[in-house]
Amino acid sequence: MGAKFKAVLTAIVAAGVLAACATTPEEQAPAGVEGRKPGGEPTAVKPQPVKPVDVTGKPSGSPFAVLKDPNNILSKRSVYFDFDKFDVKEQYRPLVEAHAKFLRENPSAKMLIQGNADERGSREYNVGLGQRRSDAVKKMLQLLGVKDNQMEAVSLGEEKPACTEHGEDCYAKNRRDDMLYNGEY
Amino acid sequence: MLTRWASLCFVLLLAAAPSARAQLSIEITGATAQRTPIAVAPFAGEAALPASISGIVRADLERSGLFRALELPPLNPVPTEASNVNYAEWRSRLADALVLGSVASRADGRYEVRFRLFDIVKQEDLRGVAYTLTRDQVRATAHRIADYVYEKLTGERGVFSTRIAYVVKRGTRYELQIADADGAGAETALASFEPIISPVWSPDGRRLAYVSFENKKPVVYVHSLLDGKRQVAANFKGSNSAPAWSPDAKTLAVSLSREGGSQIFTINPDGSRLRRLTSSSAIDTEPRYSPDGKWLYFTSDRGGTPQIYRMPSGGGEPQRVTFEGGYNVSPRISPDGKMLAYITRNDGKFQVALLDLQNKQVQIITDSDRDESPSFAPNGRMILLATVLGGRGVLSAVSADGRFKQRLSAATGGDVREPAWGPFIE
Repeated sequence: MGAKFKAVLTAIVAAGVLAACATTPEEQAPAGVEGRKPGGEPTAVKPQPVKPVDVTGKPSGSPFAVLKDPNNILSKRSVYFDFDKFDVKEQYRPLVEAHAKFLRENPSAKMLIQGNADERGSREYNVGLGQRRSDAVKKMLQLLGVKDNQMEAVSLGEEKPACTEHGEDCYAKNRRDDMLYNGEY
Repeated sequence: MLTRWASLCFVLLLAAAPSARAQLSIEITGATAQRTPIAVAPFAGEAALPASISGIVRADLERSGLFRALELPPLNPVPTEASNVNYAEWRSRLADALVLGSVASRADGRYEVRFRLFDIVKQEDLRGVAYTLTRDQVRATAHRIADYVYEKLTGERGVFSTRIAYVVKRGTRYELQIADADGAGAETALASFEPIISPVWSPDGRRLAYVSFENKKPVVYVHSLLDGKRQVAANFKGSNSAPAWSPDAKTLAVSLSREGGSQIFTINPDGSRLRRLTSSSAIDTEPRYSPDGKWLYFTSDRGGTPQIYRMPSGGGEPQRVTFEGGYNVSPRISPDGKMLAYITRNDGKFQVALLDLQNKQVQIITDSDRDESPSFAPNGRMILLATVLGGRGVLSAVSADGRFKQRLSAATGGDVREPAWGPFIE
């Protein structure tokens, strides 16, 4: 991750240096004289608008942009579960409903639901527990009209904890489903 | 005399050692009460080799928990397998058994190692073997000698020549490693930035099946160790996990969620011939074949809590096997089919339990509290497991009677987990 970031940073810095070189002409035109004909009619200065290019996210026209908008509920992707529980709690219903609506309206969107478990006990049984959690969200999405071929429910068991301390606060953060869209996994 | 040695001579065919090797360090933390005192004299001429053969043999035998290697005074002249043995003298040194040997250089650049084992109590010559080897094969040769000694003196096969597989997690990097049973000579079979779990050895020790998360979900692979070729055995929609080899190597039992939930299926190692075996609304996972191939033991929470069940290996009505406690998982059957090792939650601690399948007695054989993934040595004597010590993942080995323990940790740091003890090497 760090290495990747560094590589990108290096590329940006390098591009900047190159750009700076390119815009330093050998001979500059004398500034502020064009368009002035002393004693004649002034020529209209043509506007030179700058077209902004933003490559920091998806093109703003894409319906997927809302998935990254921190003010949109769709940017929220995690559903948390109680200890030894596998039902989607009432508080997460609006979140799952919003994603169901998005998936219904965007048939090209695909979702990977990754279920997780806390670290206690057998790794393989925890894969089973994570699966039970991802199946729960998948089933809810199904009931809300999302097509089966738009979703895959899998389990990461205890292998990808969001929190690595050994205590109930942390375990609660690890009993969770993450909803990822195509392009994010 | 020499012809007898020559007739037993064979060449070890092992892959050349790679240049850089990782290492697990071993710490013995308990001992059996009665250990056979054995004298392993330095082999004459062994200084020519990169490692001391007699030293490795001594360490192997001690690590079994059944032997105590005697400290010996400098012997002059250095005895060899051809020396006349003064039984009374060795008896006065309190040795029950004695190993003598020698190393000679050959014209082709290789070496010859000969040894002979003596039962000092019975005043009996238990013979030996001669090996030719390259400089890279010193450890492998020493393990073979230890296996010979162990088998002659205990009547059961030694496991010093076997290998273990385990996963090391260092930062964000996961490595599936293979090492000698003593943790030495580790080699990395697979490196990944995503988790690797549940390695299991094929019955011939040439392949591993395991679960890798490199595709952001669990997928079962079969990996050939010699050439590094990998084959996807199960990559269905959903999770693919918990592989187990049938004793004839023709079938893998796996847990799949392709039809919802986690259910047990069988599949050929090449991914063909999928069959569903369980039909429950529960989590059915961690299948393991009995050594005779007739049964599949597995973990299921169909009764409300995770417990161990078994069913005929072709499918059929499951019977519950564990009854004590509310969390019993990770079933492993001993090589003789008589014992079931598993992980039990006992007063909040996860420990290794051993169930005698005949008289149904249960014994907890570890005193650690976060044990996982027990794995029987192929002779059934020891159980390798993963546990946590001082916040760090380590491997531990405990004798099946719970008396003798040893610990293996990564010398270069990181968490070690998911051990699997490989089969006997033919």
